[in-house]
Amino acid sequence: MEKKKNDLNQKSTGEVGAEKKKYREVVLPGELLGERKGRKLSNGVYAEGDKVFAKVMGVPVTTENEVRVVPMSGIYIPNINDKVIGTMTQVEISGWLVDINSPYISFLPVSDGVDEFVDTHRMDISRFFDVGDVIFCKVSKVTKNKTIRVTMRSLGARKLYGGVVLKVKPTKVPRIIGRGGSMVNLIKSKTGCLIYIGKNGVIWIRGDNRAKAIEAILTVERESHTIGLTEKIEKMLEGEEEKKEGEAKEKPKETKKTEKKKNAKKSAKVVKNGKDK
Amino acid sequence: MVKTNEKLIVKGKRLDGRAIEDLRPVKMDVDVIERADGSAQVAFGNTETIVSVYGPRKLYPRFLQKSDTGILRCRYNMAPFSVEDRKRPGPGRRSIEISKVTRLALEPATFLTDFPKTVVDVFIEVLRGDGSTRVAGVNAASIALATAGVPMRDLVVACSVGKIDGKLVVDLNGLEDNNSEADIAFAIMPSKEKVTLLQMDGRLTKEELFESLDLAKKTCKKIYEMQKSALKESFKD
Repeated sequence: MEKKKNDLNQKSTGEVGAEKKKYREVVLPGELLGERKGRKLSNGVYAEGDKVFAKVMGVPVTTENEVRVVPMSGIYIPNINDKVIGTMTQVEISGWLVDINSPYISFLPVSDGVDEFVDTHRMDISRFFDVGDVIFCKVSKVTKNKTIRVTMRSLGARKLYGGVVLKVKPTKVPRIIGRGGSMVNLIKSKTGCLIYIGKNGVIWIRGDNRAKAIEAILTVERESHTIGLTEKIEKMLEGEEEKKEGEAKEKPKETKKTEKKKNAKKSAKVVKNGKDK
Repeated sequence: MVKTNEKLIVKGKRLDGRAIEDLRPVKMDVDVIERADGSAQVAFGNTETIVSVYGPRKLYPRFLQKSDTGILRCRYNMAPFSVEDRKRPGPGRRSIEISKVTRLALEPATFLTDFPKTVVDVFIEVLRGDGSTRVAGVNAASIALATAGVPMRDLVVACSVGKIDGKLVVDLNGLEDNNSEADIAFAIMPSKEKVTLLQMDGRLTKEELFESLDLAKKTCKKIYEMQKSALKESFKD
């Protein structure tokens, strides 16, 4: 099934020109994608009569039963069951306000945030989560006018201690994860970092080698529409590994560490999380 | 404001050497402002505009929020150094009007109902003004919106048509604008052939108006191709 879908994708997304097989075709808003033929309209497209047009700039994907455009940029709009990384922005009486990198702020009620019984009249709930804490959670409810609720009652939901938070374009998240997690697993295994990726474009990384992981992720974000990216990243990470090993023999350990810190600071979008353990 | 008594069209050529239906040299760049969600710089000859787009983002104050749709805010501004005589900074009668018509030109192309309670901000700065600044602003704003990932029905393409020396010409420059018998600003959604902006100053007959509309549609197709290649080229480096 997966393979079949894959083949269809390859056929439709195609590659621009015979001479340059490096980029996927990009469509612009208003560009005609073809007849609808009873297919499902997913994200990034709209229909007028029986004709389907692109709504955003991105890579078109046409399969037997759906038409969609994977956008090149855009903001995160929460959907139910999305796993996201949020930052606590406010502690209320009976819950928390969580910033999930979207125009809409979400609410985490006490009952969905903590397992034990909490008497909200007597207890200050900031002992569980305080302002600035980072959590990995799930979107549990989205209403029509975008009131969002998140929950910690989900597989893998947890508070994230230490580490750094990196923000990328939410539309690039599927590429950073890769098909079946291939890309993120590659980065994880090559750098030895612990990485959590939220669908909202927030990525949390912990580990000594994080500067390298950040570099790899930002490369994927920048070049998401090129072909043969996984190999490129593999080469990039491996090449550095060899270089590092060579350096390690010559240089004492401490200088290496400071170098890494410098690299981490260079990346403008990286926000340090308060408690670095 | 420069007035001349000279002929503006000599032997079928305009003062800057263009034919009647020629555009000035066009330059389009996208993603010129790093911290903006989308941006573009567009130049038609000596008219130069830079546009930044932010959003959809949360809208404050809250009473401006619409619970069923997002809103679009446009600001057209001329830099003090953009014209011969220093332009007094800040919004005036003219720039407030142009901000509004730009918003009305772009709004029909966007799907803002996907983003209730939010705002998309469009800031148009005219760096150098030499006629037809509002259409250059609309052209730049439309590709900036596309790079920001705002869902749109179609790109919006604009061009100006005017009447000088009794003839309809395309893309007026400052001198022609000041000495024209009439000038019209058009904005069109090219693949739908729908007009989103039409402003006229001066006098034209009914026939001339329809003729200029056809002329505008033809010219907009040309500019549309330029916009498309500017957007697609941005992914090839």
